[in-house]
Amino acid sequence: MSTSLTMAQAINQALDAALASDPRVMILGEDVGRAGGVFRVTDGLQQRYGEGRVVDTPVAESGIVGAAFGLAVGGMRPVAELQFMGFSYPAFDQVISHVSRIRNRSRHRFTAPLVIRIPYGGGIGAAEHHSESAEAIYAHTPGLKVVVPSSPSDAKGMLLAAIEDPDPVIFLEPIRLYRAIREEVPLERIVTPLGEARVVREGSDVTLIAWGSMLRESSLAADLLEEEGVDAEVLDMRSLVPLDVDALIESVHKTGRALVVQEAPRNGGLAGEVAALIQERALYSLQAPVVRVTGWDTVFPLKRSEHHYLPSPARIAGAARQLLAS
Amino acid sequence: MTAVEQILTPDGQLLGEPPFGLDETRRLYRAMVAARLYDRKGSALQRQGRLATYAPFEGQEAAQIGSAAALRSDDWMVATYRDAAAMWFHGYPWALLLLGRMGDERGGSPPEGVPILPPSITVGAHMLHAVGLAWAATLQAQDRLAITYFGDGATSEGDFHEAMNFAGVYRAPVVFLCENNLYAISLRRDRQTASETIATKAVGYGMPGVLVDGNDLFAVYRATAAAVSRARSGGGPTLIEALTYRLGPHTTADDPGRYRDPEEEAEWRSRDPLARIRRFLAQQGAWDDAWQQEIEREESSGIEAAVAAAEALPLQGPEEIFEAMFAEMTQQLREQQRELLAAEGEA
Repeated sequence: MSTSLTMAQAINQALDAALASDPRVMILGEDVGRAGGVFRVTDGLQQRYGEGRVVDTPVAESGIVGAAFGLAVGGMRPVAELQFMGFSYPAFDQVISHVSRIRNRSRHRFTAPLVIRIPYGGGIGAAEHHSESAEAIYAHTPGLKVVVPSSPSDAKGMLLAAIEDPDPVIFLEPIRLYRAIREEVPLERIVTPLGEARVVREGSDVTLIAWGSMLRESSLAADLLEEEGVDAEVLDMRSLVPLDVDALIESVHKTGRALVVQEAPRNGGLAGEVAALIQERALYSLQAPVVRVTGWDTVFPLKRSEHHYLPSPARIAGAARQLLAS
Repeated sequence: MTAVEQILTPDGQLLGEPPFGLDETRRLYRAMVAARLYDRKGSALQRQGRLATYAPFEGQEAAQIGSAAALRSDDWMVATYRDAAAMWFHGYPWALLLLGRMGDERGGSPPEGVPILPPSITVGAHMLHAVGLAWAATLQAQDRLAITYFGDGATSEGDFHEAMNFAGVYRAPVVFLCENNLYAISLRRDRQTASETIATKAVGYGMPGVLVDGNDLFAVYRATAAAVSRARSGGGPTLIEALTYRLGPHTTADDPGRYRDPEEEAEWRSRDPLARIRRFLAQQGAWDDAWQQEIEREESSGIEAAVAAAEALPLQGPEEIFEAMFAEMTQQLREQQRELLAAEGEA
C-alpha cells in the first residue's frame, strides 16, 4: 500500500509513525504545535499526541537544542526543529560543543540520540537568512551525522532511521522540495539506512553528484543532456556524514567524468571534499578534471536575484557539456 | 540590599536552628576537609607537571558540599570544572576527576549509574542540559530532579537566560546553584551585571530566587533542601545564589594579584567555610585536634590512592581517539584510524 505524498507530508507521516510507536519520541521547536510548523510539516501532531509530546517552545534556538540534548541524555528521543538554517546559528554552540561530543567526552557513558530537523536552501524567494545552505559547517563537525533527503520516500525512510539512530543526526530538509514533488510513498514504516547514496538515474558518460535541493536540478540537467545524446548518471549522496565513498567511486570508475553540484557557496564546501575523494581514489579513471557547479561565495541574494545564484539545470548542463568536451 | 540567609556566622555563632545534628555536621565537615585536601593536591600536582591546568575551588567547599548533601543519589548533577567537591560528594570518584585533569578522556566517564555529566568546560551551556534532564525525568515519571552549578560569570551568558526561561515555562524540577565567587576570572561581579543580586534575576523567570551565605554550610543546605523539596513536589525550579569567594586563582595559569586586592582576599580568608564549622563543632565539644588529624590522614590516603590509580592507568592507544565518535565507527573513521596507526608504526 502506498499513497501519493509531498515531502512535507512524508515527513509528517514519519513523525506520526515515530510518535505512535515510541513513547520516548517527542517534538520540540518554535510553532511546531498549535500552528503545525511554519511549513506545516508537523501539522496535526500536537492534536494527536498532546502538548507534552509536541512542544511549542519559546523563540530560543540554543534553548531548544540544549534542552533537547538533556532530554536525549535523559532517555528521551527528541526531534528538535529549527525553523530555518539561517536561524540555526544561535544553537551552534550546543551542537558543536555538546551534542556532537558527549559520547566521546564520556567514552560512550552518555549519548545524545536526538534529531535536529532544519529546513534549508533557497529557491522560494524568502527573506534574508531564510535560504542558507550551511551543511558543510555541520558536516565539518566531528560526531554528527548529516543527511539530506531529496524525495518524499527518502524523507520518510531516512527520518525514521535518524530517529532510531543512536547518535545525533542533523536532518536537512530542502525547502523548495517540500511541495515540489509528489511521489508514491509506502504507507507502512520504512527505514532507509543512513550513509548510503542512491543512483537515481543510470548513465555512462558523466556522473552528476548532488544532494537535497540540487538533486532535482541535476536530474533536469540530465534530461537536457539526454536530448543531446549524452547519457548522464545522477547520484544522490543523501548522506553527507557518513559519505558513501564506495558508491561515489564506483560511479566515477564507470563514467570517467564527475560533476559535483551543490547549492552552498563554493569555498570550503562539500563539493570540494567530494572532488578530493575522487582524485584520491579514482584519478586514473578520470578522463577530465572534476568540475564543481555551486552557489557563489556571496551572501545568498534576495528574491529578485536568487536565480543568479542557484545552480540551474541549464548551468549544470552547460558545465557538463564543457566537461564532456575536455 | 536583599538579606543574605545565614545560620552560622563566620565566628561560629548560631543565628538559627541547624538543619541537621552533630553527626551529620561532622560527616559534612569531614567531606569539606577531604575536598580541600583534594583541591590543594590538584594544584600541587599541576605544579609538578602531573596535571594539566587545574581550577581550584578553595573557599567554595560549603557551597558545594552543603548543596550536594541535600540531593538524593539518583538526582542528576550538571556542574563545571570548578565543582569537583560537589561531584565527588555525589559519587564521581576522585581518580576520575584527576584523570580528566590529566588530559585523559576516560575521566569523563563516571561509573555506571552515577548520574553526573562530565564537568562542563564551556560556560553556561550546561545549564540547559540540566533543564532537559529534569524535563526528561518528569516525562518518564521518574522522581528525580537535576541540579546545575555555575559561577557568577555564567549568568552573563545567553544560555543562562534560556535555561532559566525554559525551566520556568515547563516547571522543570531544576535547582540552579550559582556559586557567586565575585569574579568572572578578572571581572568583578559589579561589572558583570547591574542587577542588585543574582538571586533577583529569578523574578524574571517566575521562580523563587534565594540569596544565601555560600560559606555557611547550614544555610546552603537549608536553601537547597527547600529548593529540592519544591522541585520534587512539582513546584518547579529555584535559583540559589550562594555568596562565596574563590580564595585561589581562576586556574593554575592565572594570577589574581592583577585584579584582586590582597585585603579583600584576607577578609574572605577570615570567612573560611571550614573554619566556621570547626569553631561551631569545637564549641559543641564535637571537634578536637586528634580527630582533625585522623580525618586528614584518612582522607589524604584516599586521595593519594586516587592519584596512584589515575597515574597507574595505562595510556590510551592511538586508536582510542576514534572509538567513541559514534556508536558504530564510520568507514571514514576506520580508514583514518588505520592511517594513523600506519603513520605511527612507521615513525
